[in-house]
Amino acid sequence: MKIAGYEVIEHEYDVVIVGAGGAGLRAALGMASSGLRTACITKVFPTRSHTVAAQGGMSAALGNMGEDSWRWHMYDTVKGSDWLGDQDAIEYMCREAAASVLELERFGVPFSRTQEGKIYQRPFGGMTTHYGKGTAQRTCAAADRTGHAILHTLYQQSLKHKAEFFIEYFVTDLIMDDGVCRGVVAWDLANGTLHRFRAHRVVLATGGCGRAYFSATSAHTCTGDGSGMVLRAGLPLQDMEFVQFHPTGIYGAGVLITEGVRGEGGYLSNALGERFMERYAPNAKDLASRDVVSRAMTEEINAGRGVGEKKDHIYLNLMHLGEEVIKKRLPGIAESARIFANVDVNKDPIPVLPTVHYNMGGIPTNYKGEVVTLKGGNPDSIVEGLMAIGECACVSVHGANRLGSNSLLDIIVFGRAAAQQAAKKIEPNTPHKEINEALTAVLIQRFDRLRYANGSTSTASIREAMQMTMQHYAAVFRTGSTLAAGSHRMQQVFASFADVAVRDRGMQWNTDLLETLELENLLAQSQTIIAGALNREESRGGHARDDFPERNDKQWMKHSLAWLAETGDVTMGYRPVHMFTLTKDCSVIPPKKRVY
Amino acid sequence: MAEFRLPANSIVKKGEAYSDPNAKYPRKMVIYRYDPETTDNPRLDSYEIDLDHCGPMVLDAILMVKNEMDSTIAIRRSCREGICGSCAVNINGKNTLACTQSIADIKGDIEVYPLPHQNVIKDLVTDLQNFYAQYASIEPWMKVDSALPADREYSQSIEDRSKLDGLYECVLCACCSTSCPSYWWNSDRFLGPAALLNAYRWIVDSRDEATGERLDAIEDAFKVYRCHTIMNCTDACPKGLNPAKAIAGIKALMVKRR
Repeated sequence: MKIAGYEVIEHEYDVVIVGAGGAGLRAALGMASSGLRTACITKVFPTRSHTVAAQGGMSAALGNMGEDSWRWHMYDTVKGSDWLGDQDAIEYMCREAAASVLELERFGVPFSRTQEGKIYQRPFGGMTTHYGKGTAQRTCAAADRTGHAILHTLYQQSLKHKAEFFIEYFVTDLIMDDGVCRGVVAWDLANGTLHRFRAHRVVLATGGCGRAYFSATSAHTCTGDGSGMVLRAGLPLQDMEFVQFHPTGIYGAGVLITEGVRGEGGYLSNALGERFMERYAPNAKDLASRDVVSRAMTEEINAGRGVGEKKDHIYLNLMHLGEEVIKKRLPGIAESARIFANVDVNKDPIPVLPTVHYNMGGIPTNYKGEVVTLKGGNPDSIVEGLMAIGECACVSVHGANRLGSNSLLDIIVFGRAAAQQAAKKIEPNTPHKEINEALTAVLIQRFDRLRYANGSTSTASIREAMQMTMQHYAAVFRTGSTLAAGSHRMQQVFASFADVAVRDRGMQWNTDLLETLELENLLAQSQTIIAGALNREESRGGHARDDFPERNDKQWMKHSLAWLAETGDVTMGYRPVHMFTLTKDCSVIPPKKRVY
Repeated sequence: MAEFRLPANSIVKKGEAYSDPNAKYPRKMVIYRYDPETTDNPRLDSYEIDLDHCGPMVLDAILMVKNEMDSTIAIRRSCREGICGSCAVNINGKNTLACTQSIADIKGDIEVYPLPHQNVIKDLVTDLQNFYAQYASIEPWMKVDSALPADREYSQSIEDRSKLDGLYECVLCACCSTSCPSYWWNSDRFLGPAALLNAYRWIVDSRDEATGERLDAIEDAFKVYRCHTIMNCTDACPKGLNPAKAIAGIKALMVKRR
């Protein structure tokens, strides 16, 4: 089949999953084993996906190491979200948590163990018992390599269930037909061919866009491609202004040091050697929520109490934990600290800095993984044929701030939910409707335009300008004036993409073009992040405005939606927060002041 | 005596040289280049990089060259912290991850080649399909016959769990297998150290109940016994694992059960 001058190879599936991280793989094996013809398309080999880098663990109220209840977990998650999370979805996630972890254990995940031979669980930030009174040990861990252990196990299960993979294929765009998603266009990097995948449902599991910033724990490949496609398809992203800064990225390198270090008893200190978190969070101290700790660290640095030559970072101490604990529970971070900070964690503290880590926002969905949008006054209008799961989705279970170890949970629970929903809605091998070839042609024309892009600005220099702008203007603390300046600057960077230069014209492993396609996705999301941040005149969770230091429930307890025009202009809209539960087994947690 | 002739396009030629006249701390980096969409031979391009504004790792240097001098270089990379296993290449004669290989530890020019004895797709990107197929062939998933109620986990003692340490951390980067001379000769039939390390990971997992079946599946003259304890695998592993020891463990179990 020839479309827009390219030979295009056609595929037909019941479902197509884009992305093979934890969420994509969990959905893929669920869908494949339920009899749906399933294709999983991924730009990297599955075990290279960024889930592999998750360290600390996955939350679930198993109660292996002390009393626990999913209701306490739900309370913590709602509070952690600063009351922007949808409580029906949060209830669903916390209820399903135990079953999800047990399922992974049965798949073979090498969890660390307790003396009784049960799954080992460690304390994590914001995780409490009795609705905030005690400290919970809820985070199920495989040493400090939990993401690696889970991702490899899920890939192994996908092999067992014979899921079909298209590896090192880059999906460029969604095929949208009158508001309904009918498939995707993809590019095979190895042999340089173009492909059209038709599907009754496309499931986006493409992760976050950490690489919009200069310093991120995120991998080079975290470019939020699915979210970029959604914006190009004329659909909105939700709550994009909420970007999580992880308190402990290694100073300089940006490499992640797990919150599990503090869970095991590590603590932060400033230039005076003071354990400053005691002042900011008298109860939880170093195990306060990530947004709280990152702000405290930034305040310490701004007050001149940072460590190092430039007084611009903080120390993370774990020397007192002893070699045995470090060897058994934290071997991976000992390795990372040695390689990237030249530090022997048994002797010296690790230099750390709040570093971009996670997007709470993303593609709005319901708790079944179906993409929703605001249409004709209906805030829960389902976009037919399209689902989203994992970090690229905004269910929203994390609201304005995600608790550590809730993301590994999120990807498993909603990967599974999406598989169940697809199995319910799709009859295997249903024939596909006819499709207008012009819909595919425009997408291939875009690809071709970028392949031959003949401007004068390199992809790398536009990317650097974007990353510097985002890092400078949309950081931990924000104000209206800096955001306005940042928004103006970002618009210039966005516009400069019209002048992009791609030097490699080939089709096989053309990473110059690949990075350019990724950059366009990043630019789109950066626009929505900075516009959302400028628009939201309050402080909530990961979004802290100096000029509006308080949370404003009256005006702002709502999700923001951002649509992007081709010009780069962003239009905002809103969806209500779900202040209701799914069942009567628990009650709504009413908003109150958030202190740790 | 038999005479062997190399295929014409296997001869690596000298390529372009890029210099940076303003470099404060210049360092020469040589990168293997091959473009499958031309009829050109592979070549070695050289780049003068400025260590003054380059990160500490070889991957940082490659990406600096890619960003500032030549955007056409193809390499796989993702996490840049040694956990995803994407950026395995041959640096100054040794297979390793570019993201954890410090430039300071290299004397002289930095020489970057694709992993040895794999078909090159483009530049530093090799075809790993055989490597992945071998991994899949050991059926690396838990096999259990015993029933267990849905609300319970398999019990595993701390001691049994510790048997997986040094095995489960494998990142499938292929540094070990592609450094093994035995694998170079017989990669069609010898499973290679990475697949065997992963086979052993399941063999010693106290929860798995298919030990005998797993040993049966790999007990032949090629799959395991083409390992001649050369130990290049262990020397190469960027994660400090010991595939040679795992293979020895497999052989020991095979002998023991006779």
